[in-house]
Amino acid sequence: MPCSGTIDHRVILHAFEDGADGVFVAGCMEGDCHFLKGNIRGKKRVQYVKQILDEIGFGSERVEFFNLSAAQGQRFAEIVKEMTERIMQLGPNPLTSNPDGKEGGIA
Amino acid sequence: MIIAQQKPVKDIAAMISDCNKVLFVGCAGCVTVCLAGGEKETEILASSLRIMRKLEHKPIETVTFTATRQCDPEYIVALDNMVQEVDAIVSLACGVGVQYLAERFKDKWVVPALDTKFIGGATEHGVWEEKCGLCGDCVLHLTGGICPIIRCSKSILNGPCGGSQYGKCEISKDVDCAWQLIYDRMTALGKLDKLMEIQPPKDWTKSRDGGPRRAVREDVMIG
Ligand code: SF4
Ligand code: SF4
Repeated sequence: MPCSGTIDHRVILHAFEDGADGVFVAGCMEGDCHFLKGNIRGKKRVQYVKQILDEIGFGSERVEFFNLSAAQGQRFAEIVKEMTERIMQLGPNPLTSNPDGKEGGIA
Repeated sequence: MIIAQQKPVKDIAAMISDCNKVLFVGCAGCVTVCLAGGEKETEILASSLRIMRKLEHKPIETVTFTATRQCDPEYIVALDNMVQEVDAIVSLACGVGVQYLAERFKDKWVVPALDTKFIGGATEHGVWEEKCGLCGDCVLHLTGGICPIIRCSKSILNGPCGGSQYGKCEISKDVDCAWQLIYDRMTALGKLDKLMEIQPPKDWTKSRDGGPRRAVREDVMIG
């Protein structure tokens, strides 16, 4: 996606329907958006999807929004590690039929 | 436009709990603009219900379609084939659209996904406010373009009442006193003298009186 502001609620929901164990959306640092408020909009959309996921009993922990700049390779690695650990703890996507979660993944 | 808001997903799920295949119908009219029942919201709701039902081990099949308007018969004809194979129809239109679907598809279980709230408009992105109470006899020419029927908590025609304080209505400090707004606007327009004319009690027979109202334009009727 060219900007986290273009993230659509449906993309996240469909990723989970298709078996993703976790989804993280990476936006630029706040105040640094090339399109002014794209990353703020993206974050709010992720918050909205979290609300839906809680409401329907799927749980909101499997999706997260992170702010980081393209130059922060180390921070990116930290986030990936943090998210992977979180998902490992949560286990496979409850929508996937195989309990060992082999079909899942992080989108 | 008509402003509506989606019901909690759990409430909608309960209405179709015994259905296996459901058609979700959005509306490209008012409810698209107020972000409650357009194409996007329709697909989000369908996806949410698919996930919910899968978690409950009762998977549901969904079909989605967004009509140009649900409140015009010609735009819901397109659903004729789609409804054949579904157990229920969830309408994401206002209450008008839901009723049009229920009337056309008499043997189908048609349920509302939205609560129809009021008619109004946006004050900023994501915020909508009620502006008209559909009284059937508009008096905006007497009140500087500010509706005393819906924006005044008491709907009074000769305001303000004694509860108006510092420009706010006595029901809440967050609600503007419509009559203060009317007074300010009429002052700015140099038409304060018009407010000195006492308005007689409103004729409510043009409003919710005598059952559902009808509007007819014989010159455009065909056949
Ligand atoms: S069905 Fe309701 S929401 Fe859709 S266009 Fe008609 S009045 Fe507006
Ligand atoms: S006076 Fe009546 S028609 Fe006019 S805006 Fe108010 S409620 Fe609507």
